[in-house]
Amino acid sequence: MTLFPGVKLHVVTGKGGTGKTTVAAALALSLAQAGRQVLLTEVEDRQGIAQLFETPPLPYEERRVAAADGGGEVYALAIDPEAALIEYLEKFYNLRRAGSALKRIGAIDFATTIAPGLRDVLLTGKVMEAATRARRGGGRIYDAVVLDAPPTGRIARFLNVNAEVAGLARMGPIRQQADSVMNLLRSRQTAVHLVTLLEEMPVQETVDGVAELQAANLPVGAVVVNMVREPLLPADSLDTAAAAGLDDTDIAAGLKRAGLEPTGRLVAALIAEAAEHAGRVLLEAREREVLGDLGRPRLELPLLAEGVDLAGLYELAERLRDQGLSA
Amino acid sequence: MTYDAPHYDVDALLDSAHILVCCGAGGVGKTTTAAALALRAAERGRKVCVLTIDPARRLAQSMGLTELDNTPRSVAGVDSAAGGSLDAMMLDMKRTFDEIVLTHSDPVRAQQILANPFYVSLSSSFAGTQEYMAMEKLGQLKREGRWDLIVVDTPPSRSALDFLDAPQRLGRFLDGRMIRLLLAPAKAGGRAYMKVLSVGMSVFTNVLTKVLGAQALKDLSLFVASLETMFGGFRERAEKTYELLKEPGTSFVVVAVPERDALREATYFVERLSQEQMPLAAVVLNRVHRSSAPELSVQRAMAGAEALDEGADSSLAAAVLRVHAERLAMATRDERTAARFAGAHRGVPLVQVAAQAGDVHDLDGLRTIGAELANGPEASAPLAG
Repeated sequence: MTLFPGVKLHVVTGKGGTGKTTVAAALALSLAQAGRQVLLTEVEDRQGIAQLFETPPLPYEERRVAAADGGGEVYALAIDPEAALIEYLEKFYNLRRAGSALKRIGAIDFATTIAPGLRDVLLTGKVMEAATRARRGGGRIYDAVVLDAPPTGRIARFLNVNAEVAGLARMGPIRQQADSVMNLLRSRQTAVHLVTLLEEMPVQETVDGVAELQAANLPVGAVVVNMVREPLLPADSLDTAAAAGLDDTDIAAGLKRAGLEPTGRLVAALIAEAAEHAGRVLLEAREREVLGDLGRPRLELPLLAEGVDLAGLYELAERLRDQGLSA
Repeated sequence: MTYDAPHYDVDALLDSAHILVCCGAGGVGKTTTAAALALRAAERGRKVCVLTIDPARRLAQSMGLTELDNTPRSVAGVDSAAGGSLDAMMLDMKRTFDEIVLTHSDPVRAQQILANPFYVSLSSSFAGTQEYMAMEKLGQLKREGRWDLIVVDTPPSRSALDFLDAPQRLGRFLDGRMIRLLLAPAKAGGRAYMKVLSVGMSVFTNVLTKVLGAQALKDLSLFVASLETMFGGFRERAEKTYELLKEPGTSFVVVAVPERDALREATYFVERLSQEQMPLAAVVLNRVHRSSAPELSVQRAMAGAEALDEGADSSLAAAVLRVHAERLAMATRDERTAARFAGAHRGVPLVQVAAQAGDVHDLDGLRTIGAELANGPEASAPLAG
């Protein structure tokens, strides 16, 4: 079963600290099953992919970073707006020599850092190019492209930048490219997934992000809840536990049976820890409900006790696949 | 052997600083830390203003930040017994930019600029504008002279370093060669200007015309021309704000959490501040897990839980032991992470704040954090899940 048949471009966003790069990488591994070729891209100049896959910093070049189960491969690309601009000028205007002249007078710097939205146009343009490569020429063909995108607070604006460009450039090639990027992003070939934690702020941002994406006619994919911790207390004792109301003689007796000395201090500390834990579980249940109201598929990934290393990425990829986020 | 970071006197800092800048990666609790420091300083008797960028909704409401009017408002519920006060404001990037335009140009010109599509785009979406406007606002607040202390929360940049670089980048651009090139079409008009220009220039305008189209180039050129007359020394302005950050009385607080990515950003920031000779007061480590019963080890707690599982009706005690084991394991990991960071940055004070049970969204929550920042975790019950 797959939740998103026919989707070629998976955009992954999330509030800072929710692990969106990790989820994007795990998704790329999940999609690369059965011999498929997947490109994982990042656009924020952070080299987050290289760190995750424990490789040297990525150049502006598609590099193989991982093999997936069943012969599939994940390639990675850190998109640099400056290099993308020069590539763009070469490709559409045959302006390679102009590129170096422009660089000398600071025009490239200008275009990629200051010119309104141009930076994002170049970044989304390069992602589209990779996602829509045709059979001949033009480099490696991918079955799917995963974009580790800017955070939830900026995602709608980032993806929608090409619609804005239309307001600045009314005709010409840049307008044409902007239009075709928007066509891809708004099509059924694209899904924007939002990564969140079961905490108030990330959930609120997710709700806001979904609304903004929908308002911009961008296709909302799944909500991925990351770093989920197992509830350890029985569900029917949560309310009592949260109020620090667990019976201390009961706990003390239990400790004794377990061969531990039930000092008053220890029992009180354990009840206090249980209260915090129960409080968090109850809060998480409320946040889950809020996410449920969004009416989007919701997937959950566990908090990995050892932190995210390469083995952890494969484990997360498998969890995504089990829940339908796969090829 | 672990290295213990030197104890840091947060209250002494709050009593003497004039500007405090909180920086760090996104999602580490910068805004909350800034608000907690500001509240504590105010209740210790100083007149404080906190400039926040993007506070969570409920925290904003509790501080009375419901209106986006870009001016500091008095926060209700602050204990003023010691003679202090707290004002808070939320940065409205576009409005701050608009205000600069309105102050520095005549009404007709101002309207032209405000309506220019390039201005609209630059003022609301350019990566870096937010950083620049935060600095601009800080400069304005400082000049007003109404506060003993201004606490600034920095924008949620993709990289914390943007905060230091962006103002200069914007300033350099607006004052640079590029601008002169862009000005030429607006000033000369027609085709005549092409003849007198250097080769680089004509290549440049050719490309721009090709890529953007002639109308867009004209809009851009007019926009830049308006900016130039309006600002004069834009770069000088950016540099002045930058200098403000080096003045005595300014201190930086780097905020992080005990996780790899956040600490990597914190490391960059610590090193960058030292290169720039900007005073780093302390690194605040938020969301540090602690256990209140460290004497019961993870192994013994888990063994106990398993022993109970084999018996009858003790499931609750077993569950409680598992909760403890999970908590202690996280606490141990956080402690190790903090010690490693401290060991790699000897001499940098590390202030730890325990993970809170829920999000902080009222003044009491901020007071609890403030007390922990000042006195260490013993100041409040150090418990969290």
